[in-house]
Amino acid sequence: MADETKSALDAVDEGPVASGAESADAGGSTGSPDDHASVAALVRKYPDEVLRYRLNAGDQYVVWLRPDRSHEILAWLRDDADHRYDMMSDVTAVDYGSGRPVEVVYQMYSTPHGRQLRIRCPLPLDAMEIDSVYDLWKSVNWLEREVYDLFGVTFRGHPDLRRILMPDDYAEGHPLRKDFPLRGRFSRAEQTRRALNQDVERFYLADDLTYGEPQEVGGAEVGHQGGEG
Amino acid sequence: MATKTVEFTVGQGREMGPGGVGTPSPLAPFDVPEPDIGTERMLINIGPQHPATHGVLRLVCELDGETVTEVVPHIGYLHSSFEKLGEYRTWNQIVPLTDRMDYLAPLIYNCAYVMSVEKLMGIEVTERCKVVRVIIMELDRIFGHLLWLGTTAIDVGAFTPFLYSFQQREKIYGLHETLTGARITTSATRVGGMMADLPEGWLDQLLDFLDNFPKTLDEVDSLLTGNQIHIGRTQGIGAITADEAINYGFTGPNLRAAGVPYDVRKDRPYYDYESYDFDVPVGEHGDCYDRYLCRMEEMRQSVRIIRQAMRRLPGGPINVQDPGISLPSKTDAMSDMESMIHHFKLITEGIPAPEGDCYMAIEASKGELGMYVVAEEGSTKPVRWRVRPPSFVNLSVIPKLAEGHLVSDLIMINASLDIVLGEIDR
Repeated sequence: MADETKSALDAVDEGPVASGAESADAGGSTGSPDDHASVAALVRKYPDEVLRYRLNAGDQYVVWLRPDRSHEILAWLRDDADHRYDMMSDVTAVDYGSGRPVEVVYQMYSTPHGRQLRIRCPLPLDAMEIDSVYDLWKSVNWLEREVYDLFGVTFRGHPDLRRILMPDDYAEGHPLRKDFPLRGRFSRAEQTRRALNQDVERFYLADDLTYGEPQEVGGAEVGHQGGEG
Repeated sequence: MATKTVEFTVGQGREMGPGGVGTPSPLAPFDVPEPDIGTERMLINIGPQHPATHGVLRLVCELDGETVTEVVPHIGYLHSSFEKLGEYRTWNQIVPLTDRMDYLAPLIYNCAYVMSVEKLMGIEVTERCKVVRVIIMELDRIFGHLLWLGTTAIDVGAFTPFLYSFQQREKIYGLHETLTGARITTSATRVGGMMADLPEGWLDQLLDFLDNFPKTLDEVDSLLTGNQIHIGRTQGIGAITADEAINYGFTGPNLRAAGVPYDVRKDRPYYDYESYDFDVPVGEHGDCYDRYLCRMEEMRQSVRIIRQAMRRLPGGPINVQDPGISLPSKTDAMSDMESMIHHFKLITEGIPAPEGDCYMAIEASKGELGMYVVAEEGSTKPVRWRVRPPSFVNLSVIPKLAEGHLVSDLIMINASLDIVLGEIDR
């Protein structure tokens, strides 16, 4: 990490400093796919889709997949009798910063086989879209909404892709992206002005019940350098 | 404010009979069309500030009469972006953020976070540390369940269990305070060990609690389990089948109440849980009553685990004896040159992590709590720290559970899910 020389306040305004590593897959142990039946099967069945795999933290296998056919492969992992990943524990994303792809992470667990598997799909910053797996696991409903809200990844086919933790009219972008400064994109004055001008009545309308289309989030593309709005 | 105007017209010469059904008046001509009542749905808003939502949760409900036809939960009122804050902090500095998520069972969150970091770094904690962590995690499982028990009982109109359970919670607050100096914001763990070893007399205090707590639990049990009002309010309410519960992402007592014996402590054991003798209560119907029974039994099982852990508590150091991970004692840091250097490096730089990621799932009081940490080579701060919040996923099922039930049942269903908004909003 190269941020020791900077004062703490600089870091707050500029966003976290991306680490110096060239790519996310430097070093580490590759592991043998034969130790994990699902990894071996994935490599056999979808050789072109599996980008790479790794053994992390002692016993956790991670498989990187191309995002294009992720839905088909995840459906196969859920339904195939040898795997049966019936539990989608978590969907999240990781942004490494410096223009590297944002990776969508699926944590899966198979209750019949007692097996854990992690799938990561790297999405280039200019194509932040992936198929929703809501039709396979209902548990991803809010998890995908959260990734959409905080990272700006669009899940194709999600029935109700709205912001979930941030307000619906939040205009400063997606907070967990590395280019997002900790204090937000807008200045304090602008944030205060927006808060005071809020139309509170707007939140108590019948529209709250409408399950809408994915909303256009205004200002998502504002000022990637951060700082003032 | 949140109601929608209901417009209806009543046919001329008609009177409302018993039960609101329009009965034809004897004087009225018989060809008057039936009044069209009940086609308009009512929209009501519960929360965000409402005692029955157990936090700043807002539920927008569409009602047909008193029946809920649709619920849309709105969350995010407590959002503090802990995960973003974590990216600016070293591994140990994140610990205080974790107990502010689930302030009803803070020690479980403290432990889960450092377990994930330790697993990522390949650190094996000492035997004593493992057993101490098992004790405090099970203690906080009781802590979390007791709050659920008291508040849920209040929601169905029983006030006494609330007083009983909060009396016992106060004892655990005392245990927290003796152990960590804080009642709620414990921050008790560090990477590679604990903030401090168990203080003198703490185990006696714990034993005292364990002796008295089951009696109180039995009293509450006798007040609620066979209580006709309680049964009427909970049985058959908010039921879900086993397959659906898995698919919807239920974990913890909510999932086990539906008949799925999935417990992270048994299925993916950590800290030698496989060597403890305890049962996992499993329900049958997946309704509010079974969730209640599961949690009651889990508290008893936690007492069993704590007793076993206290018997096997080994001596020895509580922290890993590695100067690159654990801080030296204050005396050493002030008198010994090498310790001082280690102390300085640990405080200013932190612990370097290897490149990789780690997802550590543990059984929290609410369900499967996953801590996912991503690091790059040598980074002393996480690239990404993600919490898989059990009640976040559990709450997302409420539109399905509440559909077709009464508004009062919606309150019961919400209570039975045992949510904590600090962790949902993070």
